[in-house]
Amino acid sequence: MATMNPHEILETIRMIDQENLDIRTITMGISLRDCVSDSMGRLCEKIYDKICRTARDLVRTGRDIEEEYGIPIVNKRISVTPVSMIAEGTGASDYTPIARALDRAAKEVGVNFIGGFSALVHKGYTAGDRTLIRSIAESLATTEYVCSSVNVGTTKAGINMDAVAEMGGVIKRAAELTAGQDGLAAAKLVVFCNAVEDNPFMAGAFHGPGEPECVINVGVSGPGVVKSALEAVRGKPFDVVAETVKRTAFRITRMGQLVAREASRRLQVPFGIVDLSLAPTPAVGDSVAHILTEMGLEMAGAPGTTAALALLNDAVKKGGVMASSHVGGLSGAFIPVSEDAGMIEAAEAGALTLEKLEAMTCVCSVGLDMIAVPGDTPAETLSAIIADEAAIGMINQKTTAVRIIPAPGKIVGDSVEFGGLLGHAPVMAVNRFGCGDFIRRGGRIPAPIHSLRN
Amino acid sequence: MKKAIVTVVGDDKVGIISSVATRLSQYQINILDITQTIMKDDVFVMLALVDIEQASAPFHEVKEGLDALGQAMGLSIRIQREDIFNSMHKV
Repeated sequence: MATMNPHEILETIRMIDQENLDIRTITMGISLRDCVSDSMGRLCEKIYDKICRTARDLVRTGRDIEEEYGIPIVNKRISVTPVSMIAEGTGASDYTPIARALDRAAKEVGVNFIGGFSALVHKGYTAGDRTLIRSIAESLATTEYVCSSVNVGTTKAGINMDAVAEMGGVIKRAAELTAGQDGLAAAKLVVFCNAVEDNPFMAGAFHGPGEPECVINVGVSGPGVVKSALEAVRGKPFDVVAETVKRTAFRITRMGQLVAREASRRLQVPFGIVDLSLAPTPAVGDSVAHILTEMGLEMAGAPGTTAALALLNDAVKKGGVMASSHVGGLSGAFIPVSEDAGMIEAAEAGALTLEKLEAMTCVCSVGLDMIAVPGDTPAETLSAIIADEAAIGMINQKTTAVRIIPAPGKIVGDSVEFGGLLGHAPVMAVNRFGCGDFIRRGGRIPAPIHSLRN
Repeated sequence: MKKAIVTVVGDDKVGIISSVATRLSQYQINILDITQTIMKDDVFVMLALVDIEQASAPFHEVKEGLDALGQAMGLSIRIQREDIFNSMHKV
């Protein structure tokens, strides 16, 4: 029986046309474990060939789905096995050739980012992990599409403070090597605690060791849709707010599930997960911060922001979980500063500080994301910010991350411009009190106790 | 049966339904259901449920053809697979 519901059809079209509803990313995870070789040249060749072969139809399939369903799919991306795991056998002292091979492959298949120049060192380093981390700054500065991540802590293992100390320096060097682009390389580098293996979002995506040969993960979006749904319940109690967010998240996720299944079928690659994250862009009407202001806050960062974000993050998950057969990734509300018009506004107005952002990361899906700080911020301060953030993740059994850009030559009040999805950001003030002796201790912060929870 | 929804939105004028139906028939696309209304400010809205199983051209060509017709008539005409609406609104 053929039936149509004009109201539903027009509502969907309005969400897409006016409220920026889109699929943020289709990310193909590719295992590179079979590329292992004792020759660097051979390894790079195998990596390049495998990615080009496996992801050959990814971009075209994405476009076809986009066209047939009339839903924009903003990004097509690739995540690969953490490079430190497959490069060790070469015995090389520098992994930048691998980053270049990844970059060439990304360009060849037409994706706009490739993630997985990564190492998992939450409990300690292998030789390959050390080489990879030493190669990050140069690799990100000399490639266009490669993204890198390092996991420095987990709830079960504690925090590797040697890695935390080292990463402050890596971030600093990455930014300095790309001083002409406001430190762009640091925007492609994420330091995680409790990193997830199936995250489709960049810059932190990698294809975890527990993942299959190849997999399709989809990240949805739609902060604009949530905001406009909340406009209809202005002044109503929070019960209504939560219900409204849940219902909206359900719809958004259903669409993600449809696209994920369709992409998986057409590419003949298993469907992995739908990531429920509300991911903003700098475009007007695509802001997570504006959902918070719609709830009644003058600006993101005002007192009440953490509570508002907690409600939002939880309701998005509750609504989305039922809409998809497999939910995973980071799933929640992202709060990047430079990629969100409302967050930029709030930071510029002084409503949003680094400390408030840190509090927000206790309840949001990830962490301190796309934050520009003065170029003269010491490496140990960056490390200490990472340590704080990792501690929040470790204790609260959640993923936290730091993607921070010490913009070379910039001071508080300046702004940095990364362009495109990465957006622009005001340079935010950092607490200037010292933490060098703390960071230089090194060693490991032990894993936390799981009872006596207060 | 492979179903799609055709949506036509724009200023009302004579012959919209007939032109759209003619163009669809040229592609061997059968109309299963159709509804039309005039919203406020004389905005014409038409929705058609169609079967594209036997379409004589690939989807992107149909889409481009409808788009061209829309531009010629000063209307927005889109075609989307029906699943997207079902998935979003039905459990």
